[in-house]
Amino acid sequence: MANKKQKHWYSYLWIWSIIYFALGFFNILFAWLGMIDFILPLVFAIVGGNKWFCNNMCGRGQLFWVLGRNVGCSRRKPAPRWLASKWFRYGFLAFFLTMFGTMIFQTYLVFSGANELRKVVKLFWTFKVPWQWAYSGSIFPDWVAQFSFGFYSLMLTSTLIGLIVMLLYKERTWCTFCPMGTMTQGICKLKSHDK
Amino acid sequence: MAKKRANVNKNICVACGVCRLECPREAIKIHQGCYALVNEEICVGCGLCQKACPANAIEIKERI
Ligand code: SF4
Ligand code: SF4
Ligand code: SF4
Repeated sequence: MANKKQKHWYSYLWIWSIIYFALGFFNILFAWLGMIDFILPLVFAIVGGNKWFCNNMCGRGQLFWVLGRNVGCSRRKPAPRWLASKWFRYGFLAFFLTMFGTMIFQTYLVFSGANELRKVVKLFWTFKVPWQWAYSGSIFPDWVAQFSFGFYSLMLTSTLIGLIVMLLYKERTWCTFCPMGTMTQGICKLKSHDK
Repeated sequence: MAKKRANVNKNICVACGVCRLECPREAIKIHQGCYALVNEEICVGCGLCQKACPANAIEIKERI
C-alpha cells in the first residue's frame, strides 16, 4: 500500500516470536519467557478493558501477517465461517485451557516426585519430539524444566496451527479462534458498558 | 461512483484489529476491545479491510 502507517518499536515484535522459538531450541528454560504473552494481554483486558495487545503488539499475529502478506505465503481466501463462530471459538478455548491444566498437572507430578522429567516437546498434543539437547540440568528443580517443555509444546503447536490456517486462508485466520484473543475479547465484553 | 462504506457485523467480529491496520484512511477503531467501529464519515468503501478481515465480519454496502 502506498499509505505507510507510522511504525513503532512494537511493530517489530514478530522478530521476538522467532527468537523465542530459537532460544527454546537451545535451552528450554527460555520457554518461561512466553508467559509474558500470556499475562500481558490479560492485563490489558482486565485493567484497560481493551485488546491493545492483539491490536498492536502481538508478535505472533504480526508474524502471520509478515509471512502471509509481506512474504506472500497466504492464499488470502476466506476461511469457513464456523472457524470464527462462537461455539468453535469458545470450544477451542475450553480445549486449550484443559490442555493447559493437564500441562500444569504434569508439572505437579514432577514436582511431587511421582514422575520423572521428560525431555520431549509434544506437538499437536500427540506427537512426541525428542528435545533432550535443550536441557542438561540447571540450578532449578526438575519441575521448572518440565513446565518449560510443556509450555514450549503449547506455544509451538499453536503457532504451527496458526501457520497452517495462514497458508490456507487469510493471514491472521488464527486470530479468529486464538484462545488469548477469545479470552481477552470475552473479558472486554464483560467489562464494556456498551455491548 | 456509488458511495460505499464498510459495515462490521459486531456478532462475528473478533476485535483482532487487522482491519484497523489495513485501512488507508484510519477510519477504524476497536471499540473497547469488543468490535471494530467504522467512522462512516471517513470511510471511502475501498474494501481493503474486508479483504483482510480473517473472520469475514465486514461487508461493503451502499451508503444509504
Ligand atoms: S488473537 Fe492471538 S495471535 Fe491474534 S493478535 Fe491476539 S493474541 Fe495474538
Ligand atoms: S478484521 Fe474483522 S474481525 Fe478483526 S477487528 Fe476488523 S472486523 Fe473485526
Ligand atoms: S472500506 Fe476502506 S476506507 Fe472504509 S474502513 Fe475499510 S479500509 Fe477503511
